[in-house]
Amino acid sequence: MAYRNRVAVLGAGLTRFMRRALETPKELAFEAARAALDDASLEIDDMDAVVSVTAPDAFDGVHMNGEYLADGSGARGKPFMRSYVGGGSGVFGIINGWYHVASGHFDTCLVVGEEKMSSALPHPQGCFNAIYDQFLERPLGVNLLWIFSLEMNRYMTTHNVPMETFAKVAQKNKRNGMDHPSSQSGISGDYTLDQIMDSEVMAWPVQRLMVSPVSDGAGAMVLASEEFVKKRGLDPVWIEGVGWNLDTSYWTNRDLYYPRYVEKAARMAYEMAGVTEPRKEIHVVEPYDPFAYKELHHLEGLQLADKGEAPRLVEEGFWDRDTETGIPATPSGGLIGVGNPISAAGVMKVAEIFWQLEGRAGKRQVKRSVQRGLAQAWGDLMQVGTVVILGKQS
Amino acid sequence: MTDQALTQGEVFTTRWRGKMEYEWDTGAAVGRFMAGLKDGEILGLRCLQCKRTVIPPRAFCELCYVPMDRWTKLQDTGVINTFSVSFVNWDATRRETPEVPAVIEIDGASPGVGILHVLGEVGEDLETVVSRVAIGKRVEAVWKPAEEREGSITDIRYFKLID
Repeated sequence: MAYRNRVAVLGAGLTRFMRRALETPKELAFEAARAALDDASLEIDDMDAVVSVTAPDAFDGVHMNGEYLADGSGARGKPFMRSYVGGGSGVFGIINGWYHVASGHFDTCLVVGEEKMSSALPHPQGCFNAIYDQFLERPLGVNLLWIFSLEMNRYMTTHNVPMETFAKVAQKNKRNGMDHPSSQSGISGDYTLDQIMDSEVMAWPVQRLMVSPVSDGAGAMVLASEEFVKKRGLDPVWIEGVGWNLDTSYWTNRDLYYPRYVEKAARMAYEMAGVTEPRKEIHVVEPYDPFAYKELHHLEGLQLADKGEAPRLVEEGFWDRDTETGIPATPSGGLIGVGNPISAAGVMKVAEIFWQLEGRAGKRQVKRSVQRGLAQAWGDLMQVGTVVILGKQS
Repeated sequence: MTDQALTQGEVFTTRWRGKMEYEWDTGAAVGRFMAGLKDGEILGLRCLQCKRTVIPPRAFCELCYVPMDRWTKLQDTGVINTFSVSFVNWDATRRETPEVPAVIEIDGASPGVGILHVLGEVGEDLETVVSRVAIGKRVEAVWKPAEEREGSITDIRYFKLID
């Protein structure tokens, strides 16, 4: 496949993630975008185009929310495009930004992900009511936790995974999140396995401390072409591969134990990046973790473990931040340890890989040396996988 | 910002209640399926190309991408593919007695092909439900009386375990 431009990442910025932000969505978008530009030592006039990602309009109660966010995202007078694939949006925004630059049409692109969930009353979960089939599912009273708990049960029963293994994933991510400056108050911490396993059952087998919170926040990244990078004599992190895939929305006709759309997205990205042995060539990974089981589910879809093997590797510490022989997974703390402002959380995952490869992750820096990493998100009606691979090689 | 700042009026707020109402016609495939439910039948559709029999109904096969209009009567029994025991309502308020949603593979449809519904008569607390219900157990539909059926997925009240 021929692309006009190789695409580099020059900067990233995040707001703090919060349960209730005082800032408006526009203000959050501005804060993150400004931080990303500062991180790249660039100004808004250096940006040729802007990509926006934000999840359901219903959260903000603003129809065509991309247009509402445009000024805060630095898009005035520029080519502007919003993309939306539910929870997969944050990583998809980076893919869309990559497209803008790879096409040769733009030398630079600013990607801004924003989510403010807290304004919706009585609870933002209600905004999801309108995503299900209006004829055959909504009349049954379906809600978001139903479908995740159904998927988790299918996964844990198929592979006979003990609940304690999921608790260990939540424990790791909540500990990792303690070192993230954007971590939402009260989310990260040093929890015991008993505390996690004794937490309230929301929809069995899903429990309170194995779920990501409701969050407000924003994240942004600056992308640029090889020519732009060369002119400035930079030695940046590159986008080596992108992949995305959408499965059928007839989700009750699929076997939920395995995310084959994540596999397809990953294979697409690996092929583009020239990765033939992902378990050797991916050195750090940020799988999407809105629920503890999703991290393991996605690691298998990403081909970083065989089907049913990701839970066993938890017991070996294979996914821990200080592993020397494994693959550190979710060193940021993820959605469970930092927070889940949906589109911004996906951007945060790509930003973490960027900072890890640049050696700028501070206390979160993984122990093993890293030249290539992968971030993944997931969403829509449990059917979309979005994958970005970054690499540090000139 | 804290919840208190919002509820105690420490910050200015503006409130809006959207009043949105929709009425969807059920279309070709779902409409026929609904008519079947009113008659106390679960109807599936068969693709002549890939030979799958599917439910929920759709007017096309998404695999072969051809029209699909061969209706076939399925059983009102099936197998639990997965289930959950939910204590949370759509607005995040807590329920005392749980709902038990399940994906049910319907007998007569192709293997692995199911629909979302709920289980009933399986217990009022978590321990009872998880001791009685399991993936792979057989269930049957409990219908509303014919005069109460209106062509809705809720014409099936719930599925219950077959002893």
